[in-house]
Amino acid sequence: MAATTNPPDAGVRPDDARIERFDRVERITHWVNAVLFGIVMLTGSVLYIGQLSVIVGNREIVRTLHVYCGLAILVAFLIAYSPRWGRSLRKDFSRINRWSQDDKRWFRTMGKDKLVRLGKFNSSQKLNAAFVVAAALVMVGTGSIMKWFEPFPIDVRTGATFVHDWFAFFVWAAVIGHIWFAFADPEALRAMWRGSVTVRWAKQHAPRWYEETTGENDNPTE
Amino acid sequence: MEGTPIGRRVFIGILGVGAVGVLWGAKAQDWLEKSVAPLVSKDGTGLSSLLPIGRFRIYTVTGSLPSKSKASYRLKVEGLVDAPFTLTYEELRALPATKFTKDFQCVTGWRVHDVAWQGVLLSDLLDKAGVQPNAKAIRFKSFDGTYTESLTLEQARRKDVIVAYEMEGDDISDEHGGPVRLYVAPMYGYKSIKWLDAIELTKKVEPGYWEHYGYDVDGWVGRSNGRDDEST
Repeated sequence: MAATTNPPDAGVRPDDARIERFDRVERITHWVNAVLFGIVMLTGSVLYIGQLSVIVGNREIVRTLHVYCGLAILVAFLIAYSPRWGRSLRKDFSRINRWSQDDKRWFRTMGKDKLVRLGKFNSSQKLNAAFVVAAALVMVGTGSIMKWFEPFPIDVRTGATFVHDWFAFFVWAAVIGHIWFAFADPEALRAMWRGSVTVRWAKQHAPRWYEETTGENDNPTE
Repeated sequence: MEGTPIGRRVFIGILGVGAVGVLWGAKAQDWLEKSVAPLVSKDGTGLSSLLPIGRFRIYTVTGSLPSKSKASYRLKVEGLVDAPFTLTYEELRALPATKFTKDFQCVTGWRVHDVAWQGVLLSDLLDKAGVQPNAKAIRFKSFDGTYTESLTLEQARRKDVIVAYEMEGDDISDEHGGPVRLYVAPMYGYKSIKWLDAIELTKKVEPGYWEHYGYDVDGWVGRSNGRDDEST
């Protein structure tokens, strides 16, 4: 795991020192949502796939779990995002929103270009985050139409079902990809579990964020 | 913060796709069912049958998925008839069978093409019971305890209305309304009551479960509920 762009002794912090990447609010929010996503995805599959619904039965319970855990995702997010707690979450959201020239380059070259210097997140992570948040809102919206259907015309109910079904596939794909990449990089996973990453990891994966957080300029050529 | 706000664009774009999908999804689905569903049904792996195209969606109006074994199943024919009777599953299967292959069209838009059905003509059961002159309609009850449906006597006597016990060459499973359900070929799926329990002859049409929520009592495919689907 040697950094490719930096001499190993650059910077005043030792490579094994740890810096905070996600605060407590972000980590709790992440794991609450992880559990809720797990529940809605599994219960959703049971409701959708006939063979599974026969095995599991208890349709009413499965449906209730699905609906209210889905709504809870929105509630949990709003609580976490609130002015009182969500300072660093909101900061990360503005990071996720903005793509630098490096981000675009990283995205075009699929991370192959080693001269690219990234901030806290790479552009695939940014894309995934923007997608999942929007998709979650779409799922809550269309799901609500399906659940409280009375005021809606049939075409709108059909449209809501159609969108809910298709988006479910993309959400599954995004979540599987997310878990895959998390396990491929244990240090990144650890950051979401314990909060911190090593200086080595930060310099290699998020050099601009490292500089921004520590005030060190780690790139003497700049 | 500097940089292009791509995150926001993606976010808004996806919300837009969702909204457009809700408004136009009914039409998009219609098109998919027509053009892609026949390909899906030819896929030998069966994996693509998971996609939301040309597949049955399972709706129930009660808590659990209703289930009844063939051994304990009974079909009642009652109401304004000369000779009310009850059939076991085996007795129903012993009656002359009718087979045909027709589409299943749901009022919410999805359609499953070329479903093979087998069952007993509803009119045969009516003749067997002897319909009294003052009977003008039929009320169907489901053993889910909640769902009901209706047909006029004239509709019930059509040759494409059957009490079905086989679907796509197999016994009808619990989720599809087995062991015995109604299949009213020319009408939207909500008319084809699942988990059929009783057939009751009545003086006039009594609107069924969904008709209390605004669905048309005469649910002809393509000519009701404000839809223009191709007839089945």
